[in-house]
Amino acid sequence: MGGMGKAAVAAAALLLAAWPVGGWAQGHSGLVVGMQLEPPHLDPTAGAAGAIDEVTYANLFEPLTRIDAAGAVVPGLAERWTVSDDGLTYTFTLRPGARFHDGSVCDSADVKFSLDRARGPQSVNAQKAYFAAIDTVETPDPRTVVVRLSRPDGLFLFHMGQGDAVIVAQETADTNKQKPIGTGPFKLDRWAAGDRVELVRNPDYDGPKPALERVTFRFISDPAAQVAALLSGDVDTFPQFGTYEALDQFRKDPRFAVLDGTSEGETLLVINNARKPFDDVRVRRAIGHAIDRTTLIDGAMFGTAKPIGSHFPPHRPEYVDLTGLSAYAPAKARALLAEAGYKDGFDAVLRLPPPIYARRSGELIAAMLAEVGIRLRIENVEWAAWLERTFKGRDFDLTLVAHTEPLDIGIYARPDYYFNYRSDRFNATEDELSRTLDPARRVALLQQEQRIVAEDAVNGFLFQLPVVTVQKAGVTGMWPNRPLQANDVTGVSWK
Amino acid sequence: MIHYLGRRLLGFAVSAWVAALAVFVVLDVVPGDPALLILGTEAQPDTLAALRAQMGLDRPAAERFVRWSGGLLRGDFGTSHTYNRPVASLVAERLAVTLPLALLALALAVAVGVPLGVWAAARRGGIADGMVRGFGRLGVAVPNFWIAMLLIWVFSVALGWLPAGGFPGWQAGTGPALAALILPAVALAVPEAAILVRLTRAAVLDTLREDYVRTATAKGVGRRVVLRRHVLPNALIPITTLVGLQFGFLVAGVVVVENVCTLPGLGRLLTQAIGQRDVTVVQGVVLLLAVLVMAVSALVDALHAVLDPRPRRAA
Amino acid sequence: MRRRRTSFPLVAGAVLTGALVLVALLSLAWTPYAPEAVRVVARLRPPGPDHWLGTDHFGRDVLSMLMVGARLSLGIGAASVALGLLGGVPLGLLGAARPGWWDEAAGRMADLLFAFPAVLVAILLTALNGPGAGNAVAAIALFNVAVLARVTQGAAKGVMRRDFVRASQALGRGPWGVAWVHVLPAIAGVLAVQATVLFAAAILSEAGLSYLGLGVQPPVPSWGRMLEDAQTFLTRAPLLAVFPGAAIALSVLGLSLLGDGLRDRFDPRHESEPIL
Repeated sequence: MGGMGKAAVAAAALLLAAWPVGGWAQGHSGLVVGMQLEPPHLDPTAGAAGAIDEVTYANLFEPLTRIDAAGAVVPGLAERWTVSDDGLTYTFTLRPGARFHDGSVCDSADVKFSLDRARGPQSVNAQKAYFAAIDTVETPDPRTVVVRLSRPDGLFLFHMGQGDAVIVAQETADTNKQKPIGTGPFKLDRWAAGDRVELVRNPDYDGPKPALERVTFRFISDPAAQVAALLSGDVDTFPQFGTYEALDQFRKDPRFAVLDGTSEGETLLVINNARKPFDDVRVRRAIGHAIDRTTLIDGAMFGTAKPIGSHFPPHRPEYVDLTGLSAYAPAKARALLAEAGYKDGFDAVLRLPPPIYARRSGELIAAMLAEVGIRLRIENVEWAAWLERTFKGRDFDLTLVAHTEPLDIGIYARPDYYFNYRSDRFNATEDELSRTLDPARRVALLQQEQRIVAEDAVNGFLFQLPVVTVQKAGVTGMWPNRPLQANDVTGVSWK
Repeated sequence: MIHYLGRRLLGFAVSAWVAALAVFVVLDVVPGDPALLILGTEAQPDTLAALRAQMGLDRPAAERFVRWSGGLLRGDFGTSHTYNRPVASLVAERLAVTLPLALLALALAVAVGVPLGVWAAARRGGIADGMVRGFGRLGVAVPNFWIAMLLIWVFSVALGWLPAGGFPGWQAGTGPALAALILPAVALAVPEAAILVRLTRAAVLDTLREDYVRTATAKGVGRRVVLRRHVLPNALIPITTLVGLQFGFLVAGVVVVENVCTLPGLGRLLTQAIGQRDVTVVQGVVLLLAVLVMAVSALVDALHAVLDPRPRRAA
Repeated sequence: MRRRRTSFPLVAGAVLTGALVLVALLSLAWTPYAPEAVRVVARLRPPGPDHWLGTDHFGRDVLSMLMVGARLSLGIGAASVALGLLGGVPLGLLGAARPGWWDEAAGRMADLLFAFPAVLVAILLTALNGPGAGNAVAAIALFNVAVLARVTQGAAKGVMRRDFVRASQALGRGPWGVAWVHVLPAIAGVLAVQATVLFAAAILSEAGLSYLGLGVQPPVPSWGRMLEDAQTFLTRAPLLAVFPGAAIALSVLGLSLLGDGLRDRFDPRHESEPIL
């Protein structure tokens, strides 16, 4: 019996010695991409989960147009297009050699099927609104698609380049979730559920061949494991790296490159404007003055984030720095609260969704608001409950979340949005903006919108959610910025 | 006997079904619309309705449960609406992580715990006995997920010998797969081994006091022979009972350790499925856990019949 | 026959548990710092004269958090054991007084509960009620009810067969009267032992649950969540993961030693179940 124990220990020791991990010696035709979340399935037309697009966009599936690393609209499955003068008719010409992974030709009928499916009554497309302006889709010949709109839509080409608008074949549309059949330069090799998705280069792709022969997406949710996977060389590149406390370590290490990108994610302390006492603008302003953004960004994000004073990303030309309107001034916050009739403060609930930026910022903000007398009880919730009760049900006091949709300040004009914010002044501005084509006037209007929401202190404006990529120094071609949720690896190679 | 077994099986099937019913009722009441979760913040009412119809969620709750129960009789566990795959294959895939993990942990615990227990009993009162008993006490007091964390710190972060988490899949080869399982298995095994040490030591000491063992010793049979022929076979009965019980606990209780080591096992599937309001998956996993516990306790009973060294009574 | 000298487990267990209770009580009156006091500039400090056990990622004092965490662990443990006794003992007595189908049902229920790990119950309750310490208490208490019902039933059956109980019954005392006057005092020792062991198990379970975020919500410190937070900083501040784990281990060790010591004293026939 004693011998058995020794044998087991010896076997364990052997295992330890025999399987050292470390991918530093890996060949340079493959790439391992780290991701925090695993996609539930691989059909970008049937779900909002960002992880679906992060695996499939541009790699497996292609839309008519494509969004490039700079956020510009470039040709995708359509090699060119024309727009009629009234902005109502779009004529797309498809690439002649486009084929699906199963060998079938991708022609105009597939495009018509895909667009009609996305806007039809049975549609389960998460962004059905993108297709709302489409009136008819015609296919005069196999390479030509004519889309007629019922009203002009300035963002139509941008929306047609999103993952939700990728082109799929009728025969495989229902099975794409498990067996994605697209037209992209990579195809699915295997999916080890819970761990990784592996793509291989599609030898029959009609466009330029990617440099990589094999791309592996590995799903690592645990921060410590993310760091370890990079250090051990198991992962080559980690876009949207969320373990901010480890960034210093990677910045100092010459084996790694850290790309700081711009993001569209305004991180907000969302305030229920309809609920007492938050319906009083003095209370909302007090909250703004009670938050020390510098400490918040340092404590929750380890310094990796830019402060914002309104709902607008600092990297855009229309941005105005309004952080001064809600500068950290606890005495002023207390005075405002007293003026509003809350000399002794009040109690409220802060509901936090799962991401670590939300959980950490929430804890710090609770401590900061406590200093001015606002006593917060924290409730950590999962997304399902958050969406149902907070977002859809609008049953909340405060919550904390990043709004990652690009150019989305217009949500403040939505009457039924969960902020419960109503402002005739903002609505009038938004209305004028939607009718304005003059670029200079548009800039002015967008800046005015930023000012209105900042002056009304609709929400606590915290910081722009950082987009950081950590990768081995030899990797080139990863997108530093995130104009949309995607890991387009078609242009990635090794130095 | 057959009557007894039949009754036991039926009773168990009913309670497992009741467990699934309880899960179903709770998840039906819980806030959180799976269709909204899938389609996200920009979903429109008509797409939500279409998706709910596709998922069968537009049917009344009672009808959905009856339908699922009917499927069970045909061996159909339903389809996961998150992954769009049959629950049976999804669960089988995760079981291929959890089951080897639990078995590995149990094997380690038995390989360490039983010999140590016997050894300590044979040297009762000595320093070795004291140390083994100390391990027995301390081992049960230490949370297994804490051990997992410390092991990751030492072997993955500091030494870089083993992966810090994740599971490459058995397709990647037995070596890498076992390398991913070894740390969590050790973490799970430590408390189990500690329990086994204490129980084995106690069982062996009890048996050593039995008359027939004393007789054998008095007759001049050697210590080792007495241990092997008389003491161990008897001590094996409580040990197998405990091992059986522990196995059930292990499979059901790996949730936390799977989370520490980010292993795609049953426990993580269960927690994720609840988060995604994927009722059929939760029901499937609960049923499976129930069946596993039953199967193991039946196996332990059968083992006892074989192992019991006392003369069998005529039935 | 039984040794009457004070056993080592009893003394060591009593000392450790006593220390735990003292720390928890002390935390009501005094902690070196306010446990929620955030000071980002002083984050991730190693142990030193200012902060004996260092600071966490928000600059909170680890020692103060551990002290308040002790109160929480004890509170949740005590509540779940008390609820377990309240539910389990009457159930067990009922089972002992009325063997037959009730007996059978209790057995099935135990089977069922083994298939329902505390984690699952806690997750479901959290999804249902929103997060909070109550869910952890309820989930652990449910398990305790099952164990205590079984132990009570087993021990009570033996007592009920004894002559003085039968005599009392013959004298016309009702079943609850018998249970109260004769059975409960006779099995109190076994129950005390079992309760102690379950208390230790509850502290372990609570740590696991709050590690998963299913227990008490921040900013109230709990040992399990301190471990969860520490996991991220394993490379930079590994000691953050060491202290809460050691606190859990010492508390559980103390209570399980105490349980062993009490068992030698009050439960010589080992009718209580060794959960740990």
